[in-house]
Amino acid sequence: MRRVGNDHIVIQEQNHEHGHVSKASFIFSVIRLSAIFIIICGIAYPLASTAIAQTFMPSRANGSLLKNSAGQVVGSELIGQSFTNPALFHGRVSSIEYNAAGSGSNNYGPSNPDMLQRTSDSINQWKTDNPDVPVTELPADLITNSGSGLDPHISPAAAAVQIPRISNLTGIPAEQLEALVAEYTEGRDLGLFGEKRVNVLKLNMALLEK
Amino acid sequence: MGILQIVIVIAILVLLVKPAGSYLYHVFSNEPNRTDRIFGGLERGIFRLGGLSKREDMSWKRYAVSFLTTNIVLVAFGYLILRLQGALPLNPGGIGKMEQTLAFNTVISFITNTNLQHYSGETGVSYFSQMAVMTMLMFTSAAGGFSVAVAFVRGITGRKSLGNFFEDFVKAHTRVFIPLALLVTLLLIGLQVPQTLKPTLEVTTLEGQTQQIAVGPVASLESIKHIGTNGGGFFGANSAHPFENPSPLTNVIEILSMWLLPASLPYMYGRFARNKRQGWMIFSAMMTLFVLLLGLNFYAESQGNPAINAMGIDASQGSMEGKEVRFGIAQSALFTTVTTAATTGSVNNMHDTLTPLGEITPLALMMLNNVFGGKGVGLINMLMYAILGVFLCGLMVGRTPEFLGRKIEAREMKLIAIAILIHPLIILVPTAGAFLTDLGQGSISNPGFHGLTQVLYEYTSSAANNGSGFEGLADNTSFWNMTTGVVMLLGRYVSIIAMLAVAGSMIRKKAVPETIGTFRTDNGLFTGILIGTVLIIGALTFLPVIVLGPVAEYLTLR
Repeated sequence: MRRVGNDHIVIQEQNHEHGHVSKASFIFSVIRLSAIFIIICGIAYPLASTAIAQTFMPSRANGSLLKNSAGQVVGSELIGQSFTNPALFHGRVSSIEYNAAGSGSNNYGPSNPDMLQRTSDSINQWKTDNPDVPVTELPADLITNSGSGLDPHISPAAAAVQIPRISNLTGIPAEQLEALVAEYTEGRDLGLFGEKRVNVLKLNMALLEK
Repeated sequence: MGILQIVIVIAILVLLVKPAGSYLYHVFSNEPNRTDRIFGGLERGIFRLGGLSKREDMSWKRYAVSFLTTNIVLVAFGYLILRLQGALPLNPGGIGKMEQTLAFNTVISFITNTNLQHYSGETGVSYFSQMAVMTMLMFTSAAGGFSVAVAFVRGITGRKSLGNFFEDFVKAHTRVFIPLALLVTLLLIGLQVPQTLKPTLEVTTLEGQTQQIAVGPVASLESIKHIGTNGGGFFGANSAHPFENPSPLTNVIEILSMWLLPASLPYMYGRFARNKRQGWMIFSAMMTLFVLLLGLNFYAESQGNPAINAMGIDASQGSMEGKEVRFGIAQSALFTTVTTAATTGSVNNMHDTLTPLGEITPLALMMLNNVFGGKGVGLINMLMYAILGVFLCGLMVGRTPEFLGRKIEAREMKLIAIAILIHPLIILVPTAGAFLTDLGQGSISNPGFHGLTQVLYEYTSSAANNGSGFEGLADNTSFWNMTTGVVMLLGRYVSIIAMLAVAGSMIRKKAVPETIGTFRTDNGLFTGILIGTVLIIGALTFLPVIVLGPVAEYLTLR
């Protein structure tokens, strides 16, 4: 306590004698302190994190890339792809067409007429492509735009309703496709968090192996 | 399952509040403790390099000036880097310098801990800027705000002084933000968040097309983005992007990262006040408001969009436009509520696409701006309402109001009135102004009542230093860059300076002994009064505009 008190008096005297000198040294101190944290937080910390990541977890740190059986990279496990071939499983609507150089969506509000038009067009297209499945079974995730525009997943229900179409086009029996979807259905994290989901790219890779 | 997973995350938070709050108290009480042995050496080194070996107690004015000067130096550095990034290293994408008004908006946005982003991370900034400007300001703005909150608590609880800004600022980094950020970074990398300096990848997809995939040093930004309640994403889609938030597990980690420190501050305040019940009462007022608004968003989103449901599809998933399948309604609703309560502003689903009633949750939390709140500002605001509540009760029974044994007088009430009134002023006036100009109106992307909400949301988010947006708004224009920049500055600094002044004036008052007639601020009755004060003031100021935006849209869609 006493030491603090003495310091206080000393500083007050200094301020009194060299007012502008202490102001300059105050600003100089602030600049030095800022520089220290720019270096620690802005340069050392991210570079150290990168070094640790690249040494110990390189595949996770470099985008979790997936390879096909021939060893070629076909994409990232985490980033969705655009599928137009009707014999493959399709993912969600993406206004950026799964171009992961960017990300995002049109941000349509719930009453936006363009969004309602797009949704009703998707439903009509669905009816044409999937005559065997009643539209009342079509899950919402297949006809809505994901937030990122890169959603790699669909719900298990959204995979199930595509099975009749794919079975017709490929000749693979529906039971086999159901088993495949079940195999590629990921549960909730720790059995609790999030939703059950199917990774469309992984599912299609397995489908093409058949 | 939806409600259960929400309840479990809240339960984990509640269990962590006491240990985290005690730790924060030990760090900032400045009494010798075990953490000195771990961090003391590093801190002495930093103080010596900074020429701060003598750290005397500061008056509120000196504390405020130190805080402001540090922010000015950091913001000048950030502005220079953004303007020069084209010529600096770690720029594999060859990104050029940032336009002036956008750079102005961006540095203000990050120094005020808002993280409103009018640029897109993939195309607007180099890796070096992401690290040295974004990541760096995420630490320093959070540490600065935290320091101010601690000084305010010292003031109103009658400690011997407000403390020394530089000491608090350094300790907030070394003992709180840097260790936590390193831990969460490693967890996120383990759960597949990228951390690399390689340029954008190019792959050939299963259907033979070329796909570009942006990567970068994501995890090290992602962790402090949440721990510091900053919210600015590495990518345009923020935490909805699968690289920023790959799984429900990372989602829970990010939620707890941004929620833990704001939720622990009331407990720390209770320790400073030497009455833990004071802290728990504030905490329960915050949690009550939180649960009410979370329930509204969860319910509204689960019901889905009536206009889409009417098209005859299976609507059992709820409103999935703008949401990710892995998160579903439960993890999205919880994230939205926490990110706007804790003024983080990161999003894992697009707020512009929320259903009309669901929109009210993030808007209301930013308008109240005191339910948990980020980097200490929420606690300051809630205590401000607590003092106001005591004052109103005092008027009703005709006694001089007291808070924690100190008289509340005209000077404090004037300052509190300024701090409370500035918030609606800098939201409603610019919103009205934007509608009077073509520059403002021209940016609206959704027609009808939703368009009003877009503009209202942009200024509410700026004023609350939140940073989330209704991103459909075409906001990268000089008009939006300048006006939201000014709103963010006022939103941050006016209330901080007013509250430091309140702390400076409370600390000088003599304590009055507690008597049987003293109005107690540590019981359930007071929690009720506090919630009532917050809701009445909030409703009086913002209800009309909520009716014009979300409620009107709800009635037209129903």
